[in-house]
Amino acid sequence: MLTGWGRTAPTRADVVAPDTVEQLRTAVCGAGHTTGGSPGRGVTVRGLGRSYGDAAQNAGGLVVDLTRLDRLLDLDVETGMLTVEAGASLDQLMRRLLPAGWFVPVTPGTRYVTVGGAIGTDIHGKNHHVAGSITEHVHEMELLTAHGEVRTLHPEGPGSEEFWATAGGMGLTGVVTRARLDLIPVATSWMRVDTDRAGDLDALMALLSERDEEYRYSVAWIDATATGARTGRGVLTRGDHARLEDLPVRLRPRAREYAPRTLVTAPRRVPGHLLNRVSVRAFNEAWYRRHPAHRVGEIHGLSAFFHPLDAVAGWNSVYGQPGFVQYQFAVPFAAAETVRDAVNQLSMAGTPSFLAVLKRFGAANPGPLSFPRPGWTLALDIPADVPGLARLLDRLDEQVAAAGGSIYLAKDSRLRPELLPALYPRLDEWRTVRDRLDPQRVFTSDLARRLAL
Amino acid sequence: MIDALGHPQSILVLGGTSDIALATVQALVAGRTRLVVLAGRGGPRLDQAAERVRAAGADAGGGPVVVRTVEFDAEELATHRDVLDAAFDGADIDVVLLAFGVLPDPERAATDPEYAAATALVNYVGAVSAGTATAVRLRAQGHGILVVLSSVAGERVRRSNFVYGSTKAGLDGWASGLGEYLAGTGVRVVVVRPGFVTTKMTAGLPKAPLSSTPEQVAAAIVTAIARPRPVVWVPATLRPVMSLLRHLPRPVFARLPL
Ligand SMILES: Cc1cc2nc3c(=O)[nH]c(=O)nc-3n(C[C@H](O)[C@H](O)[C@H](O)COP(=O)(O)OP(=O)(O)OC[C@H]3O[C@@H](n4cnc5c(N)ncnc54)[C@H](O)[C@@H]3O)c2cc1C
Ligand SMILES: NC(=O)c1ccc[n+]([C@@H]2O[C@H](COP(=O)([O-])OP(=O)(O)OC[C@H]3O[C@@H](n4cnc5c(N)ncnc54)[C@H](OP(=O)(O)O)[C@@H]3O)[C@@H](O)[C@H]2O)c1
Repeated sequence: MLTGWGRTAPTRADVVAPDTVEQLRTAVCGAGHTTGGSPGRGVTVRGLGRSYGDAAQNAGGLVVDLTRLDRLLDLDVETGMLTVEAGASLDQLMRRLLPAGWFVPVTPGTRYVTVGGAIGTDIHGKNHHVAGSITEHVHEMELLTAHGEVRTLHPEGPGSEEFWATAGGMGLTGVVTRARLDLIPVATSWMRVDTDRAGDLDALMALLSERDEEYRYSVAWIDATATGARTGRGVLTRGDHARLEDLPVRLRPRAREYAPRTLVTAPRRVPGHLLNRVSVRAFNEAWYRRHPAHRVGEIHGLSAFFHPLDAVAGWNSVYGQPGFVQYQFAVPFAAAETVRDAVNQLSMAGTPSFLAVLKRFGAANPGPLSFPRPGWTLALDIPADVPGLARLLDRLDEQVAAAGGSIYLAKDSRLRPELLPALYPRLDEWRTVRDRLDPQRVFTSDLARRLAL
Repeated sequence: MIDALGHPQSILVLGGTSDIALATVQALVAGRTRLVVLAGRGGPRLDQAAERVRAAGADAGGGPVVVRTVEFDAEELATHRDVLDAAFDGADIDVVLLAFGVLPDPERAATDPEYAAATALVNYVGAVSAGTATAVRLRAQGHGILVVLSSVAGERVRRSNFVYGSTKAGLDGWASGLGEYLAGTGVRVVVVRPGFVTTKMTAGLPKAPLSSTPEQVAAAIVTAIARPRPVVWVPATLRPVMSLLRHLPRPVFARLPL
């Protein structure tokens, strides 16, 4: 039985984990016959299952777990060009690369994602406003198609349509088996961070809009439980990789050390009432107060800055049996009102959410299903059993669509399929390329079925 | 697919003209459900039911609802496999509602062997047959929920309608066992035990205490799909009442006017 990170909507599939591309090819070509799954149920590629909804599961069919294809094939220490198998995780890459002075060009809020999963959803990080999404740093990828051939794709020239249809293509164009991408040089494995607290949403958005381009990384945490005049208050953290001279002398000998640890493990069985409005509100209050109103140039650990939640193994089980959804939308800057509205409605609904994040996106890339586009993006966790949640999110979807915005498929688990063409106006363009690559729809997933992709 | 908040996109009803089933379908098309397959004994009643669902879908305004009908007779056991194949043709079915059943005249059922057997054939044998064919399809699909309309009448079989009660007792036991058997397959079974429901099945009968409307049963079913539980009582207060009845010593139970 498989679910996504939100632990909702479990379905059953046969899972195989190939060690080689040859084994992968056999599995894909034999899906529904020799390798597992019922006939006609197709195949889904899965990385580390960090998408929140049903993107990496395939009811009744075959799921290929790519995490064994995880070799680091080549690193050019002159140029920082990395060639890696797609099942490798960003965690693994960081452990290998940071001591050598390199860092991944884009990292999401967890390092437990595979390179293939990152490309399949075209992930963005805190640097999207200056660096774009992951696929913009990929020079070449190999794609195993439904016909069993391995195609080499580039962002420009022949094959570029297939390349960009794969960026954010949710694994439906084929399996990325390896990628060549640019790393960024870093002098240390520490971060230099500026922190600002804002007492309400307008103040927070104003702060975020100010001098955003001067920072490589920038994101705001929102207290989604604050109401009234404090609605949308939050903490803005911005920064860059620390230079050697930024570090206190005692840290300099360990400047590039990187050995993040899991500090605790969340209990597997959590009583449903552990996370309620009161406890989350108390947590958020403490978190807000913990941060200084304004501080410049603090040195933070890299994982505390990028991946604070990774310190708690299995934190997704704190929401208990019903699981949770993550709602992430993006709207143009001109539609800031939609962000205000959403924060208002979600705070008023009393959704106990301790993970709400606001950020400004930079330019979009050519991927027809790529999610980031210039504007605001808001992401938040909500327990699945909040009363009236379905209706509330349906309403927000419509507002987002009306504002010319979109919903992130890597996080989605409940969108209405009818809205998809409005949220992804280039859907048909993507379908044309997908149909060329996979006319029989061998590649499918629960998400693909639910949204009729 | 059933989404993260428990909303199904498609439903198949076995016994497509049942009042309880139609109320359920009506509630679902107001949500995410866009494919409805009604399986039943063909004829104007089934066509009317399909029309009613189409109208409900149009009223809900969420998106076009596709309604299909499939010929199905619970007594024709040999056809069940083909019926289910036809019902599942082309698209996943997220929820199957096993809703057909007959309520016999108690006195005749107690004395007419053919009539008693016909009741058992529809309510128990036909349900087990069609339900098994359903479970096979759902398993191959790797997900889905089978909702079985049992009855409080099967919880402790009472003198006043023991033939009907015994068929529901059998069905209830089969469905509960099937649910356990299917653990880990992605398929879940929900056993629904309503009390007296005001439908065409009970038309003309004196209303029993704690009775409910088809809409109330539908609401309970919709909730049970979203948060699957193995057993649902409608109304919920029937659970302690039946639990009490169940544990009454036989001599006391026999003296009750039930
Ligand atoms: C705590 C947390 C924070 C997050 N923060 C961010 C964030 O800041 N920004 C962001 O963009 N995302 C974020 N995410 C989402 C996450 O980055 C994506 O869901 C990512 O795809 C997960 O990678 P994975 O290896 O687990 O992929 P999976 O979840 O296993 O798969 C995701 C999709 O990619 C496809 N896929 C997987 N491997 C391949 C392959 N080799 N070839 C082709 N397709 C493939 C799958 O079929 C599926 O559709 C976050 C998730 C969590 C849990
Ligand atoms: N009403 C109650 O008080 C009550 C209480 C507890 C449980 N239940 C159960 O709930 C279910 C639905 O009942 P309801 O109240 O909605 O009654 P209903 O409206 O009379 O529905 C009964 C359905 O069974 C169908 N049916 C009967 N024999 C059939 C056969 N041989 N083949 C195929 N279909 C057949 C009928 O189809 P036709 O239109 O072709 O006749 C009808 O669709 C039944 O299982 C019933 O036992 C009802």
